[in-house]
Amino acid sequence: MYNYILKRILLMIPTLFGAAFLVFFLLRLIPGDVCELRLAGTGLYVDQETIDICREKLGLHEPMIVQFFDFLLGIVTFDLGESMWTGRAITYEMGLRFELSLQVAIMATVTAILIAIPLGTISAIKQDTWIDYIVRTISIAGIAIPSFWYGILIILGILIFTQSWFGEPWMPPLDYVPIWVDPWRNLSQLIWPAIATGYRYSAVATRMTRSAMLEVLREDYIRTARAKGLLEKVIINRHALKNSLLPVVTIIGIEFAFLMGGLVVTEQVFNLNGLGKLFVESVMSADYSMTQALVMVVVIVFVFTNFIVDIMYAWLDPRIRYA
Amino acid sequence: MSVAEIQVEADLETFDDKDPWYSVAIDLIKRKPLGAAGALIVLIMIIMALMAELIAPFDPELNSYEYMLVGPNWTFLFGTDQFGRDIFSRIVFGARTALFVGFVSAIIGSSLGLVLGVTSAYFGGRFDLIFQRIMDIFMSFPLIILALAVVSIFGTGTQNVILAITIPFIPRCARVVRSNALAVREVPYIDAARACGFSHTRIILRHMVPNVMAPYLIMFTAFVGQAILLEASLSYLGLGVQEPVAAWGLMLQGGAEEFAESAPWIPIFPGVAISLAVFGFNLFGDAIRDVLDPKLRSR
Repeated sequence: MYNYILKRILLMIPTLFGAAFLVFFLLRLIPGDVCELRLAGTGLYVDQETIDICREKLGLHEPMIVQFFDFLLGIVTFDLGESMWTGRAITYEMGLRFELSLQVAIMATVTAILIAIPLGTISAIKQDTWIDYIVRTISIAGIAIPSFWYGILIILGILIFTQSWFGEPWMPPLDYVPIWVDPWRNLSQLIWPAIATGYRYSAVATRMTRSAMLEVLREDYIRTARAKGLLEKVIINRHALKNSLLPVVTIIGIEFAFLMGGLVVTEQVFNLNGLGKLFVESVMSADYSMTQALVMVVVIVFVFTNFIVDIMYAWLDPRIRYA
Repeated sequence: MSVAEIQVEADLETFDDKDPWYSVAIDLIKRKPLGAAGALIVLIMIIMALMAELIAPFDPELNSYEYMLVGPNWTFLFGTDQFGRDIFSRIVFGARTALFVGFVSAIIGSSLGLVLGVTSAYFGGRFDLIFQRIMDIFMSFPLIILALAVVSIFGTGTQNVILAITIPFIPRCARVVRSNALAVREVPYIDAARACGFSHTRIILRHMVPNVMAPYLIMFTAFVGQAILLEASLSYLGLGVQEPVAAWGLMLQGGAEEFAESAPWIPIFPGVAISLAVFGFNLFGDAIRDVLDPKLRSR
């Protein structure tokens, strides 16, 4: 087990190094000088001196290879440079938004688990009945419906509902308050995006729970348990569900990593000032230093989540012993 | 079960039927009702995309100040947006954009993945190892993040969106195809072909590629749905297809949220179109997977 963990960690290093290499050199493929492009966008006349200052600030006057190692060093030491747009430190800008994105991600995961496991289990037990068909339709729809449209519908629904019930439209608060300052206000803002992303997320997990459960229910030991005369409830909860959760845990882990991507769009819909919105803004305003830093952060989160999922997989299923 | 056997079975299933097309269709509806529904949606979309000029009653890019924010009626089936453009016409033309982006990026992405995956499996050894590590690097980017990074380099617009969607697809397809191709590589006819002195290119393209068509087709149909969703997301963010081109994601941007309460038809219809399209491709893809992959059949 320890050997396996060590091996996985060692494998992560070249992957992350390669990703950093890719991000760094891809963004330098942009035709023309980043500074000229950036400053020309302001529409004002820019003299050579300003461009030179900008280049120096970004370290662009140095050779490419030095820049790359500076970038790598920055990632390792959490000093990612300054935003080309606001001029503030990138780590500061991220720190402001990290909390919100993390909270939405966790809430969406909890929502997904709460929906997926019961629905998937019921769907498997009642295979090919109307319950199964409804659950399957809901979960296929969850994959097809774009989460941003779902978000728009939620907002629309809230507006219409509050209008007709309370006489005046109510909107979720727009400014973020940490949960320990004002839990009610915090939740009334973040519960909606969590539901919007959690639904899509749960759709994938429901399908996985269902098919894993179906597989386990056909196992011999389930028949043995039934032959022993155990209550169906005990068979499902103690024997079937426990054994079918393994692939579900994996898919929840993988989806958690993908959530970063899902949040990019959802934060836009609900106007949340999170990492996803920062990412879109940095792409729009051609803030390359911010874009490359954010891509790297997402990749690191993604790779680490996958690593943890793999370890959990080996830990949960004693049959899996990666040599 | 090896891939070769899967292929044979799939062939039997599709080509043994010498019945007229309608009985094949009825058979499909009976055996795979959801798949048939998906196929129908896909078909309707294709017709909409091909004959957009004939179906759409108005020019999708025509602004009209007389008919701004008109609700659905018999002239404007789905109403008009804040610029007085007919939403129904924009949805019909949007099908063209969605399918164009979806098909082109799925074809390029999965085909490049196919060739790369088979090549990697065929040569094996160090080449395969290095190649897989490179794929690992690409796979360490979540789909939309890599797409956004590509957009930030090449800019927005339809062609760049296709590029942005295609690149993340390649390693995903290569990975799946490779694992199937590894099995094909061990089949004796590959050794026979090498003994005959055929070139690597010939063996890869003529002997191995046709035998991994099943996973290729499965990946392809899954990619079309994903590409449509991704294009809609990018366009919604304002980083995809640009105005005034009719695209579903774009129709949900800006005015859709602003006028959501007073003109709910603006956000509702494009969203339905995206969901139905992806839904259709997913159902169709699931049915194809069931037919081509007997291990998953009857589940």
